[in-house]
Amino acid sequence: MARMTMIEAIRSALDVSMGRDDDVVVFGEDVGYFGGVFRCTQGLQQKYGKTRCFDVPINESGIVGTAIGMAAYGLKPCVEIQFADYMYPAYDQITQEAARLRYRSNGDFTCPITIRMPTGGGIFGGQTHSQSPEALFTHVCGLQVVVPSNPYDAKGLLISSIENPDPVIFLEPKRLYNGPFDGHHDRPVTSWGSHPLGEVPVEHYTVPLGKAVVRRPGSAVTVLAYGTMVHVAEATAEETGIDAEVIDLRTLLPLDLETIVASVKKTGRCMVVHEATMTSGFGAELVALVQEHCFYHLEAPVIRVAGWDTPYPHAQEWDYFPGPARVGQALRDMMEA
Amino acid sequence: MKDGMRPSLPGKLSLHVPEPEVRPGGKPDFSNVAIPKAGSVRRPEVDVDPETIRDLAFSIIRVLNREGEAVGPWAGMLTNEELMEGLRHMMLLRAFDARMLMAQRQGKTSFYMQHLGEEAVSCAFRKALQPGDMNFPTYRQAGLLIAGGYPMVQMMNQIYSNDADPLKGRQLPIMYSAKDHGFFTVSGNLATQYVQAVGWAMASAIKNDTKIAAGWIGDGSTAESDFHAALVFASTYRAPVILNVVNNQWAISTFQGIARGGSGTFAARGLGFGLPSLRVDGNDYLAVHAVAKWAAERARRNIGPTLIEYVTYRVGAHSTSDDPSAYRPKEESEAWPLGDPVIRLKNHLVRIGAWSEERHSQMEAEIRDTVVAAQKEAERHGTLHSGGRPSMRDMFEGVYAEMPPHLKRQRQQAGV
Repeated sequence: MARMTMIEAIRSALDVSMGRDDDVVVFGEDVGYFGGVFRCTQGLQQKYGKTRCFDVPINESGIVGTAIGMAAYGLKPCVEIQFADYMYPAYDQITQEAARLRYRSNGDFTCPITIRMPTGGGIFGGQTHSQSPEALFTHVCGLQVVVPSNPYDAKGLLISSIENPDPVIFLEPKRLYNGPFDGHHDRPVTSWGSHPLGEVPVEHYTVPLGKAVVRRPGSAVTVLAYGTMVHVAEATAEETGIDAEVIDLRTLLPLDLETIVASVKKTGRCMVVHEATMTSGFGAELVALVQEHCFYHLEAPVIRVAGWDTPYPHAQEWDYFPGPARVGQALRDMMEA
Repeated sequence: MKDGMRPSLPGKLSLHVPEPEVRPGGKPDFSNVAIPKAGSVRRPEVDVDPETIRDLAFSIIRVLNREGEAVGPWAGMLTNEELMEGLRHMMLLRAFDARMLMAQRQGKTSFYMQHLGEEAVSCAFRKALQPGDMNFPTYRQAGLLIAGGYPMVQMMNQIYSNDADPLKGRQLPIMYSAKDHGFFTVSGNLATQYVQAVGWAMASAIKNDTKIAAGWIGDGSTAESDFHAALVFASTYRAPVILNVVNNQWAISTFQGIARGGSGTFAARGLGFGLPSLRVDGNDYLAVHAVAKWAAERARRNIGPTLIEYVTYRVGAHSTSDDPSAYRPKEESEAWPLGDPVIRLKNHLVRIGAWSEERHSQMEAEIRDTVVAAQKEAERHGTLHSGGRPSMRDMFEGVYAEMPPHLKRQRQQAGV
């Protein structure tokens, strides 16, 4: 075991995967010599050579399109889109090509690619470096969508993603790269150094896709969260004294409905929190599933706390971010309902 | 034989991945950058058949020589007063950058991007345009605003996201918007606006207007599909647009060879679309202005679009989030063969007797005072983390012309 930040855990996952399998290649903007603007690929080019880890022209459609071509050949590309906000030029390749190769060719061609991208706000990145576009991927059949919340999961989930026979969108909450973040932006930053999930095996291991985990057992209300919001939800439960059961979904698609339903049937209440904008966000899907499967166990309406339906603003970042104040108020309101 | 040409064993392929000449620890080497003599590249008529000037995509138009003289067919377009004004604009931009970079380090804003070494490109280009023309800039063309007379204090208010920020705190620092000054809102995404410049120019042509547009892009972003979309639309409709490529050698850590590939130059990208494609010394104020003027005249006379590659060098970091010492030699900027745009114009003005060291020092002091005064005024309105700030209400405004009910509900929920 070793102490790792989420950046180091991701780097370790790539290293382990490239070491075990010559078919794993890694590329993206500034990913090669420099090791990525967040340094997730640092040292990989040096170790595995520039034909297995390299810089690319700035063309996201080109990154994903060539990855698909390589996958069709038999490689397992794990590519980086520098920010999730830069993904849109690649959206055609992702949704209409990568997601459907298996289906339309009846398995003649498959697409075992992983597309990593930093997501979410919290670093004053403004509207083009803060977005959470997960719902744009969960709406696409053929894709799998993963959002880790800590170094241990990030490594295990990334290895699972790379080894998965179908395309995976791997969203990395950038605010968690260097430490857990409970939403209290005015407090000193914390590191992964003392967090139990900053303890990461150096060797190969996997965290399975499609399995959620209960981060904080509780009896009063179920809070469904992923990425940064897991930490916000945990902190808010402690601060409000409301005995919330916090579920870290980890994989949005395929979704671990079993864990969700078991929890909601136990608590009778459910709240969904995500940083992405509210309308047509992934929370809407979760709320629909919970009411379909748990209706007769619910004691209050299922509610969402999410980013406002505006672009992610620069100066008003903390007005936008659904932090402990908003989550806490919603929890209290829900308990009174 | 060049690295890229090395033959492999018969039957075995190998992937070619380009590398820059030098990495940190190495000796900077620009011997592969062919620099023609100033004044040596011809100046064709603006209605020239593009097919007959294909060679201009592989040369570099230069006016100022090493002795500080303005020479050749592209010289003589600006008066001494205009040149002195140009020098002032570049020095203003440089001083402004220095103060704002410092302000970012002091925590007064979150982010900054400077122009060091590239001041001539946007400052000189701006003087080739007319009121009503529209630029679609990237994040490194603030010289368009400085040389266009946009109030510096407004730029600072935007950078500080304070309560006088014309963009209400919504945008990242330096992503200005100034329609009245011919400056389209900077997106923050790459290359998206290049093709929009073509559309704006097409609209001007559709409406039989007299205005022209200018698109801006960096060397790295020419790899984006939107760059190629812009070129094909501009070519097909002969849009009155100037398509600028600022080749400052580095796209964050990625050297220009990754985006350029085997095409020789970025200007040469225009040739396949039948566009007149010119390459110019981007650190030569006179050359930038002369070529921009040539392209503007082509556009305004309805002859069509022009692609211009400005050969320059990004002396500073890509942004305040970047550390160039990790990927290029520290001394590389000093080895850059095209020199410093401010010093070159200054030397020219001294050479022709229009300027002196004494006047230069006076202007430096005056500019410093101007920038400091603007900064003080801006800081009276606040900085990112202190003083006046845009309201939470501003966050909800402006998503739509009229706020829809769901957003009104959210705003109420937020208590504003």
